[in-house]
This record gives sequence, structure tokens and C-alpha cells, in this order.
Amino acid sequence: MSDETILRVRDLSVDFPLQKSVVHAVKQVSFDLKRGETLCVVGESGSGKSVTARAILQLVAKPGAITGGQILLDTAAGEVDIVRLGSRGLAIREVRGRRIAMIFQEPMTSLSPVHTIGHQIIETILLHEKVSKEEARKRAADLLGRVRIPEPEKALDRYSFEFSGGMRQRAMIAMALSCNPEILIADEPTTALDVTTQAEILSLIRELQRDRGMAVLFITHDMGVVAQIADRVMVMFRGEKVEEAGVFDLFERPQQAYTRALLGSVLKLETPAPRPPRPATEKPIAKIEKLELHFPLNAGFMGRPTNYLKAIDGVSLTINQGETVGVVGESGSGKTTLGRTLLRVYDPTGGQVMYWPSNGEPVDIATLGRKGMKSLYGEVRMVFQDPHSSLNPRMTIYQTISEPLRTNTDMTERQMMDRVSELLSRVGLPPDIGDRYPHAFSGGQRQRISIARAVAVRPRLIIADEPTSALDVSLRHQVLDLMRDLQNEYRLSYLFISHDISVIRYFCDRVAVMKNGKIVEVGDVVQICERPQHAYTQSLIGAVPRPDPRLRADAPQ
Amino acid sequence: MLIFILKRVAGMIPALFAISILAFTVIQLPPGDYVSTYAAQIAQTGEAVDSAVLANLRERYGLGENIAVQYFKWIGGIVRGDFGQSFEWNQPVTELVWGRMGMTALISFLTLITMWAVSLPIGIISAVRQYSIVDYLTTTFAFLATAVPEFLVAIVLLYISTMWFGVSVGGLFSPAFENAPLSLAKVWDFLQHAWIPILVIGLGSTAALTRIMRANLLDELHKPYVEAARAKGMPEGRLILTYPVRVALNPFISTIGWVLPALISGELIVSTVLNLPTAGPLLLQALKSQDMYLAGAFILLTGGLVLIGTLISDILLAISDPRIRLS
Repeated sequence: MSDETILRVRDLSVDFPLQKSVVHAVKQVSFDLKRGETLCVVGESGSGKSVTARAILQLVAKPGAITGGQILLDTAAGEVDIVRLGSRGLAIREVRGRRIAMIFQEPMTSLSPVHTIGHQIIETILLHEKVSKEEARKRAADLLGRVRIPEPEKALDRYSFEFSGGMRQRAMIAMALSCNPEILIADEPTTALDVTTQAEILSLIRELQRDRGMAVLFITHDMGVVAQIADRVMVMFRGEKVEEAGVFDLFERPQQAYTRALLGSVLKLETPAPRPPRPATEKPIAKIEKLELHFPLNAGFMGRPTNYLKAIDGVSLTINQGETVGVVGESGSGKTTLGRTLLRVYDPTGGQVMYWPSNGEPVDIATLGRKGMKSLYGEVRMVFQDPHSSLNPRMTIYQTISEPLRTNTDMTERQMMDRVSELLSRVGLPPDIGDRYPHAFSGGQRQRISIARAVAVRPRLIIADEPTSALDVSLRHQVLDLMRDLQNEYRLSYLFISHDISVIRYFCDRVAVMKNGKIVEVGDVVQICERPQHAYTQSLIGAVPRPDPRLRADAPQ
Repeated sequence: MLIFILKRVAGMIPALFAISILAFTVIQLPPGDYVSTYAAQIAQTGEAVDSAVLANLRERYGLGENIAVQYFKWIGGIVRGDFGQSFEWNQPVTELVWGRMGMTALISFLTLITMWAVSLPIGIISAVRQYSIVDYLTTTFAFLATAVPEFLVAIVLLYISTMWFGVSVGGLFSPAFENAPLSLAKVWDFLQHAWIPILVIGLGSTAALTRIMRANLLDELHKPYVEAARAKGMPEGRLILTYPVRVALNPFISTIGWVLPALISGELIVSTVLNLPTAGPLLLQALKSQDMYLAGAFILLTGGLVLIGTLISDILLAISDPRIRLS
């Protein structure tokens, strides 16, 4: 690593004028980027980290605009101020893609769906260099080979939708590297990927960076990723730079209160929350046995499909009273489908789900009629991942929370109003917000509203599908702690679905690991996280980036 | 790709069958038949009606028979290429229909091309320069054009050109060229006349297509792949044409499926107003006099034209979008 600075950002400010006010997205941020180093910019949503990255390429979306400062890029002809190049014209286009390249968060949508991978890479080469089409094609194939896409020559003529998420991100990286840029800006490049894929992409970026002596500006919200990849770290909060330090210094001796709080929330999730010991004799509340859900993949001969997608392929799992059972798995493992099948969003094609209601005999949810299900909706509720889309924007908070009361109980309006304000204060919100609409609340507050809606009818089992995934890390343990308090208070059982091992470890009693519709391993959460038996669980746990830079391979002892 | 086309063509057969039944039902709906209309006409002129002649006519065309028998007689003939005999014109329907249907197809096709050629660039401009003066102007114009009925535009145009400029714009040819053989001069004469029906018929749909293109493109303009392409250093104009416009084109192409029926039914009304030698006026006349075989042939062929248009749009869509072609 040399000490030569390639990019100097000085007092950068970016504003977004709104109807009546101005949002200062980036406020006088200054930092240096040296050749060959990785600078991680870390912060929660709204911290201005993505806007900073985009400003460097003059890609700030309208109506946002750079209102001050300098972005000085070191070139053969001295320093060039990117701010003064403007967002259009040849000068900035010569920087984009050639000197500074960028990869984005969403590999699913960052490549054009109607052009081949090869077309998009070759186009970049031809934009910046005077080479023949054949030569550009050959170079594109080399690049695809370099990012370890199998059969690169064939892959050139394929479309992005024929690739998996990880492959698309590799293709995106190949495209970014096609003109040998000196700086690579990576804006949350692994956030949309599974942990095992994330580990591969991170090591690929690291490797390519070393080979080429490239500077990398890596934007992320994930402290685990920072610990794995950063040389230096810059922490941002509400548009301002809070702290900048070497990665070891930052993790071991954080100077600023915000950094300490951020690290604190991350580390809090590293150790399981204290929980009461399980009773000696468990009483089950739900028992899933050999559950199957097969979707036909083709119409088949004489209306009988010959090929099935086995979304759930013989799953057996018991949830005991007052217990939290986690289901962990990568995308496509069937964990979300499992949760939905328990509420009969999908009708299972085999197996059974025995449920013990508060009064009466156990029933089989898998074959229960419409009327039976309706009575169950008062006992089994769901909390969803995205608090922005799971609340109806046209319903007030009162209407939202009282809706399950209206359909499942015969409370009077007066009683419901009392219950709703009681619930709101219980989940840590002011009790008088009932007549407001969801848009007035932040993500964390909305998820609290969702939880209030779920517990309104005093359910006994809650199926929580990634309830903390859309939240910033500082909010996660708060929401989880709230869910745990409610569990103790209402004697709740949870089926907790998540892709995030650290959240599972923090929150669950037992955990089931799912892959391709099957449970590969189930057991006590500590045992699964510390001593996984199955090879898949081992690779899954091993791929999770730990927020401790001393654990990485190249760490000085 | 070939399998894709074959599948689509095979899918058209039941649709065509359904259209034929529909066409036949429509023709049979009014009470009476051609012979009773004919008798009423004769009675109006005051002459005596010879019931023996009428019975003779009925028998000749099989009018007294079961509906199903009539249908199969009719469709059976069509399969063999015989559309039957027009009662009114006393000629084989085939001879009457082809020239007229050809003109309808030609006018519809030209209108479609014009519509695309006009609405595509305007749609792109008003999306890229959203809320600019150009955008507001085209929006206002588009709402007006969608709201005004086509035949009214036709009448107004007729009035203006006749009263103010003294030019007759009816028809598709000047009298001198009406029966002349095909020549460059005749094509030129045709184009001089054809722009009016093309303008009139295409106006509403052009406006609608402009709006559709604008909305589609606005959806695409802020997608991550556009930003990614911009980060590669592409010039803005080329970027917009290569990426978002290409994707926004798909819904645009598939509009042919609903634009074509609108065009053809619009054409039927407009050509009656403008007195064009297309299918419209003849179909109207045939329906009024219950000239069953003639009307049936028109409705069936019009339906067929729409099916072919949909097929073309499906094929174009498959060419343009690999997601359709490959999955």
C-alpha cells in the first residue's frame, strides 16, 4: 500500500431541496482515499453515505445537487476537481467508468434485462478505448473468467435474468473493471446477497484490488463486512462525518459516542440475550410433521405435472409453549414459504400441522376448513419483514391495530380504543397517535405498530418473518427486546424466520436450518451457532462476517 | 423461436372459430331475413309481392333451415374459399370483399405506422423532459385528442377543406385515378387523399400511445440499470435510447393488440363519413339490408385482421424481449 493520495474530498455538501425545506444530505464531508487501500464508509440509513459515493461520479439524483466543496482526482495532468466538471459532458464521462467505476447494491436490477451481459461489458470498453469489437469481446470474456464466471465465452451471450444474484454481481464487477479503473466505488454490493455469496464476493473484491492496486471506496451498513474488508473506516451520521480511523483502532478504541453506540448495538447481537431456562417437560403448541408444499412446474401430460418445485419438502418441527424457534436459511430455502403455509396462505400438498388451541382438542391446520381457520386467526398472528409495505397507508394507526380486534372479537368501540392506546404505550409509542397515518412514522416505529397489531388479539403463536431485516442495526435489538418482553408478558410462542444468524442467536431458544425446502439441522441455538454438525450449517455460520477485524486472515497479531 | 410462432398460430384457430360463431350470431340477431327485407322494399314501391318468388328465394339460399345447418353451410363454404353469394349485389361475396378489405388493411397498417412514428419520439421527449413546456403541451393535446370522437374530427376536416379551400377530400382517389392501373402517379394521388383518414383514425390512439410511452419510460428512467450505465460514462442521449427506451418499448409493442381493433372499428365509422372505398360503408349497407353472407365475410375478415395484428405484436415482442423469448 502506498501513501499516495488519489482522491481528496474537501468540504463536500449535497442538498436535496424539497417543497418547503432543504435536506442537507451531506454536510461538509472531507476525506482522502489512497491508492491501493480500502476505505469503508459506514452508517445507518439516511447517513448520506450513498449520496457521498454518487457525488464523486456526479450521479446525485435530481433534485439533489452538490452545493459546495471539492472532489480532487489525481491525474497525470495534475488534480482535477470533479465538482467543476458538471454532471454532463465529455470530461465527466471520461472519469466515469474509466478512472472511477462503480458497482451497485441491486445486482438484480443494475444490469439491463434486454441486453446480453457481453453487450454491456463490451460497450463499456468501446466507450473508453479505441479497440476493435473482436478485441473488446475477447477482453470481456477474460474479465468474466477473472471474476470466476464459468464458461465466460458462452456467458457473454446470456442475459442477466439467466444468472443468479451472485453471478450478476460478478458480471457487474467485471463490467466495472473493464477499463482498469484506479478507483472502485462499491455501494452496498453484497447487501442483497446471501451470506455465503457475500463471502465470495468480498474475497473477490479484495483479491482484485490487491492485483490491480486499485483504491476501493466501500459503502456499507454492516459492521461485520467493515471488519472483514476495510483498511480505514469513515463513520457517517445524518450527513456528517463522525469519525475516521484505521479499522483496528476504530473497533478497539472508538473515539466518538455515536461510533461506540453503533458498535455496541452490533456487539450486543453477538451474544445471546439472557433467557429463562426451559421447563423440564415441554408442552407443544404446534407440531409440524412431514409438511410438503409442491408447486407444479409444468402443465404436464393430461393435466398431471411431471415436475415440481418442492418449496417445502418434508419438514418436521415442533414449537413448544412459550418457546422461540428460529428458522434460518438463504433465499430460496423455503423458510418464508414455511411460515406462510402455517397460516394457510398456501395449501400444503402433504403432511400435517397439529395445533393445540387454548381450549379444546388439537386440530390439523393443514386440512382445517375455512371456518376453523378463521377461529385460529385470533390465536396465530404474523409480523412481516417490510414495515413500509405491510401497513396500509390509507388506514390510520387506530384502524390498523383495531382491525384484528374487529374481526376476531366482539369488543365495543370504546373497549377497542382503550386496548389500542394501551398497546401503543406497551410497544413504546405515545398512546395518542391513533389518528395518524403510517407515513408519519419511521421504520422502527412502524415495526412497533406491526407488532402491536399482531399482539392486539392476545395471540398465542406469532410467526415473525424477518421482522428486523429492514431495520438499522441500532433498532434491531430494541425491537427484539420488545418482542421478548411481550413474550414473557403474554406467554407467546414465536416462529422466528430470518437469514441473519446473529439475530437468531440473540433471540431464539432453538433453531432449524433450512436448505432447499428441507431442514438440515435443528437444535439448541448455542449448539448450532458454536458447534454446527451439518456441513451446510458450518459453511453458513463460517460465512457470516464477524464484527471483529482481529478474526480476519490478514490481521496482525 | 419457430416453435413459439407455431404455438401462437395454433392458438389462433379456436379464436377464429369463436369469431365466426360470433359473426354469425350477430347477423342472425335482427328479426326476419334478407327475403323479408326485400319483400318490404317491394311493398313500399307499391307493387304486388309474388309469394311464390319469395319462397323460391328462401329455398335457394336455405333461409328456412335450422340455424346450425345454415352456419355450417356458410363456414363450410368459407373453408373452401367460397364466401357465398351477396343477395343485394347478386355477385359472389369474394369479388366484392377483397378490394375493400385490402384498402381497410392498407389504411389501418399505414395508420399504425404513423401512430408509432409520431407517438414514440413525443413520448420519449415528454418523459425525459418531464414537467417542461413540451411535456405540458403534449399532455394537453393528448387529452383533447383522446376525448374528441373521430367522426367529428372527420366532419370538421371535411367542412374546413370544402368550405375554406374548396378541395374535396372524400374518397381515397381522384376520379381520374379511380379505375386507373397502378402507377407512381396513382400512389401519389392515393397519399394525397390518404393522409386525412390516417390523421383522423390515428389521432385518438396516437394520443393514448404517447401517454403510454411517457408513463412506461418514466417508470424505467430511475431504475438502477440506468444509473449503472451512466456510471460507465455513456453519453446521455445514447444511454436513454439504448437502455430505458428499449425496455419501455415492450408494453408499447404489445399495444398493437388493442390498438388494432380500435383502429379498424374507428375506420368503419370514419370511412362511412369520408366515403372511402374501404370495408366500412359496404358493411354498413350489408347489415342494413341483412345481406348475410356479405356482412358475415366482413366481420370474419376484420376479426382475422385483428388476430394477425396480435400475432405480429407477439412476434415483435419476442424479438425485442429475451425474457419472453427464452422462458
